[in-house]
Amino acid sequence: MIELLTQHPFIAALASLAILGLAFGSLLGFAAVKFKTEGDPIADQVEALLPQTQCGQCGYPGCRPYAEAIAEGDAINKCPPGGEATINALADLLDVEALPLDAEEESVPSVAFIREEECIGCTKCIQACPVDAIVGAAKHMHTVVASECTGCDLCVEPCPVDCIDMIPLPTTVQNWSWELPKPAEEVIVEDLIATDRDSNSSNRNEAA
Amino acid sequence: MRKIFDIHGGVHPPENKVQSLGRGIESAGIPPVLVHPLSQHIGAPAAPIVEVGQRVLKGQMIADAKGFVSAPVHASSSGTVSAIEHREIPHPSGLLAPCIVIDTDGKDEWIALDPIEDYTALEKADLLHRIRDAGIAGMGGAGFPSAVKLSTRDDVVIDTLIINGTECEPYITADDILMRERADQIIAGVKILQHLIQPTEQTLIGVEDNKPEGIAALRAAAEGSNIEVVVFPTKYPSGGEKQLIQILTGREVPSGGLPADIGIVCQNIGTTVAIHRAVQYGEPLISRITTVTGEACRAPGNFEVLLGTPVDYLLKLGGFQQDKCIRLVMGGPMMGFTLRDTTAPVVKTTNCLLAPTQKELPPPPPAQACIRCGMCAEACPVSLLPQQMYWFARGKEYEKLEEHNLFDCIECGACSYACPSNIPLVQYYRASKAEIRKQQQEKVKSEHAKARFEARQIRIEREEAEKEARRKARQEAAKKKAAAGKDPVKAAQEKAATPAVDPAQAAIEKAMAKRSGNAPEETNEEKLARLKKAVETAEKRLESATAKLKEAEAADAPNLGALQTAHERMTEKFAKAKDELQQFEHAANETPSSGDPAADAIARAQAARAKNADKSPLEKAQEQVASLEKRLEKSEQKLAEAKESGSETAEVLEQSTAKLRDKLDAARAELAQLSESEAPVAAATSTNDPAQLAIEKAMAAREAAAKLSPEDKAKKALESLEARVEKTRTKLAEAEENGADTVDVLRDTLAKLEDKLTEARKEAGVEG
Repeated sequence: MIELLTQHPFIAALASLAILGLAFGSLLGFAAVKFKTEGDPIADQVEALLPQTQCGQCGYPGCRPYAEAIAEGDAINKCPPGGEATINALADLLDVEALPLDAEEESVPSVAFIREEECIGCTKCIQACPVDAIVGAAKHMHTVVASECTGCDLCVEPCPVDCIDMIPLPTTVQNWSWELPKPAEEVIVEDLIATDRDSNSSNRNEAA
Repeated sequence: MRKIFDIHGGVHPPENKVQSLGRGIESAGIPPVLVHPLSQHIGAPAAPIVEVGQRVLKGQMIADAKGFVSAPVHASSSGTVSAIEHREIPHPSGLLAPCIVIDTDGKDEWIALDPIEDYTALEKADLLHRIRDAGIAGMGGAGFPSAVKLSTRDDVVIDTLIINGTECEPYITADDILMRERADQIIAGVKILQHLIQPTEQTLIGVEDNKPEGIAALRAAAEGSNIEVVVFPTKYPSGGEKQLIQILTGREVPSGGLPADIGIVCQNIGTTVAIHRAVQYGEPLISRITTVTGEACRAPGNFEVLLGTPVDYLLKLGGFQQDKCIRLVMGGPMMGFTLRDTTAPVVKTTNCLLAPTQKELPPPPPAQACIRCGMCAEACPVSLLPQQMYWFARGKEYEKLEEHNLFDCIECGACSYACPSNIPLVQYYRASKAEIRKQQQEKVKSEHAKARFEARQIRIEREEAEKEARRKARQEAAKKKAAAGKDPVKAAQEKAATPAVDPAQAAIEKAMAKRSGNAPEETNEEKLARLKKAVETAEKRLESATAKLKEAEAADAPNLGALQTAHERMTEKFAKAKDELQQFEHAANETPSSGDPAADAIARAQAARAKNADKSPLEKAQEQVASLEKRLEKSEQKLAEAKESGSETAEVLEQSTAKLRDKLDAARAELAQLSESEAPVAAATSTNDPAQLAIEKAMAAREAAAKLSPEDKAKKALESLEARVEKTRTKLAEAEENGADTVDVLRDTLAKLEDKLTEARKEAGVEG
């Protein structure tokens, strides 16, 4: 055998390559079984970026199904509650082009409000709420737990007496924030030249 | 001489402090209206504990702290609560916020206070409680609740207590005047803090070197104590907590950490005085010293103002000139914000009201493009990279911003001040911080929503599964019930209906059939045929026997006797077979589907019932009476026997006999009644129904006719026809005589009858 190999280097090379191939092949096969990834890691990452309002405005029944659809190549611009920020984050994650939002406008953060005196207690909104944020019982008035409401407005349509309003969240001292200034390039400047400005201001003072 | 450390960067804006230091602290007095915002501090807004229309006294708590990081609010003068509503508050947003409005009565009536002689006797917790109840929040500008800041964990050793008297921002002199005039109160407050914190190494009061008078006063007051007044060069923003710590100790508060992490607690000088008053005299925080300054004020100075005093009231005292003022700033020129409405009140953090003229503080010139000069990075006291952060903020690259330690920015404004392109850098950072915080909150909220959504999904799935399980269980139960409801016979019959292939199955079936009683069995037709055959054979034999007997009689044979007996037997057999056949035929007629014994029984019962039904009630009653009589007789017999033998059943038998007798009496009475009512009915049926009679007669005639021979029949028909013709003729004659309407009809019928008669005669003639 050894003689055969030594005398025929071509066969020796072939044999050694075959052995190597087998060895690495089995190694890879083992690794594929041993280190198999559970679930869909990309969908998980995508889901973490979605706003979880469960509003279904993307056309999927909830954020998880949309995340799975994105992982399988659906467009990333179908989430109005997430808006541009979510689209950018998704574009970063998936390394694709950020697209303009595929909707009229970003949805304003809001909460559902039931005009309680008009509620007939039909429980339809309770069944529609994806996060169980509506409390009430049949033939009894319902009300929205505002802190749990995601503002998905899925409860508005099933209401037979149209007693649910979507109220945009008010700006209070607690949630107010400074606005980002307009970039210098976009601001139209009139008194850019210092001497002009000085003369203008002195004129103004004289007038006063 | 103590070593003073330096901080990175910093700027040196014009100080403009002398304007407001011309006079001492003046009291602002009691304004007609006090407006107390519920949120004057960092943390949760306080909750009102008074009602509209309620009279409140000076120092009375009107809103209680809600949550750990919160502070109560007190009425700063006596009066009546006129409203609890949204009002203008000093806030950069210019938004309205809930406030308690008090119409003062000018009496300035204090609530009963609770002063203490010796605070050292108090526990740490009690001291903190007093400070918390006094509503003290950091008076340097941030407004962090002091009690929270001072409640350090027991396992953290504080080595240094620092009192911040830096007041680095231009124009503001509130702390300076406090040091000058109330140094003893400051020192007293520091001593309370020392007692509370127990600093292991040192207690320092840091003051910038632009306040020589204040420093002198403090040093005099601190004489003989272990409190050291440290003076360091003026530079903005050395008054920042972290910057002051670095200047005095050389230690840096770690990014995202607190001073307590490096064993230091820092308090503002104004806060120290408030703590002193709260602990020693029990006075809550109801007033503060506010600097009113700027070139638009004729009489700038420092005022001791009741909290809640409207800004315009205070500005009047400072000689405010509205037309000269370009904008009203609350706070200093570096970190303050523009007040949009002068009705907003002075709050716990209001250290300065700045009313500058156009020339003094011109509006920021338009921002230009960043020229990447790097002056901002040089000015930054926290050694950040403002220029980088500016680009990231513009590009909304929040992750990058966080990587560049955006949250270490103290928003001092040094970078904006240094920027040659007038870029409002701080505003970019503030907006970005707010956005990042918002995103974090949204993330938390979305996680929460996701958890709730998933919990709901799981719940719905579980409910569905339970429903399905219940449905299946019901289905199973119904199936079982159906299977149990079928009796084995029926099941066997069903099985028999299906062609059996399995021999074992066939055997079982046979066995079952046997058990049910209708084993190998002939059908009706077969039986009928068999019986008929038997009758036939019996008849034949009888005939042959009769023939033989006749022959023997004729020949006078010796075996005549034997033949006679044989003939008799044959006749018997024939009669029997005939009987059987008749019986069977009768049964077959009555019960068309026999075979099943049960069905047979039912059929019999039905037949019996039908017979009963045929019987008249009278007959029934008669039968009943008869049977009852029989039963009574029997039971009487039994009773007699029992009496004779002296058996125990005698009594029971007597009772039952009595009962039977009663029944019999009742039945007899019924019978009597029935026979009475039946009699006339029977009479009616026999006499009153001529149609019935006619039918019966016709039937009888028909029967009679059927017995006659054709000739007789013809004869009879002829006779009857002749009779009818005679009758009709006589009737016609009568009718003609009377001139009745029926003459024509009678004539027609007569003609027809005569035709028939001639026909009948012809027939009779042919046959005859």
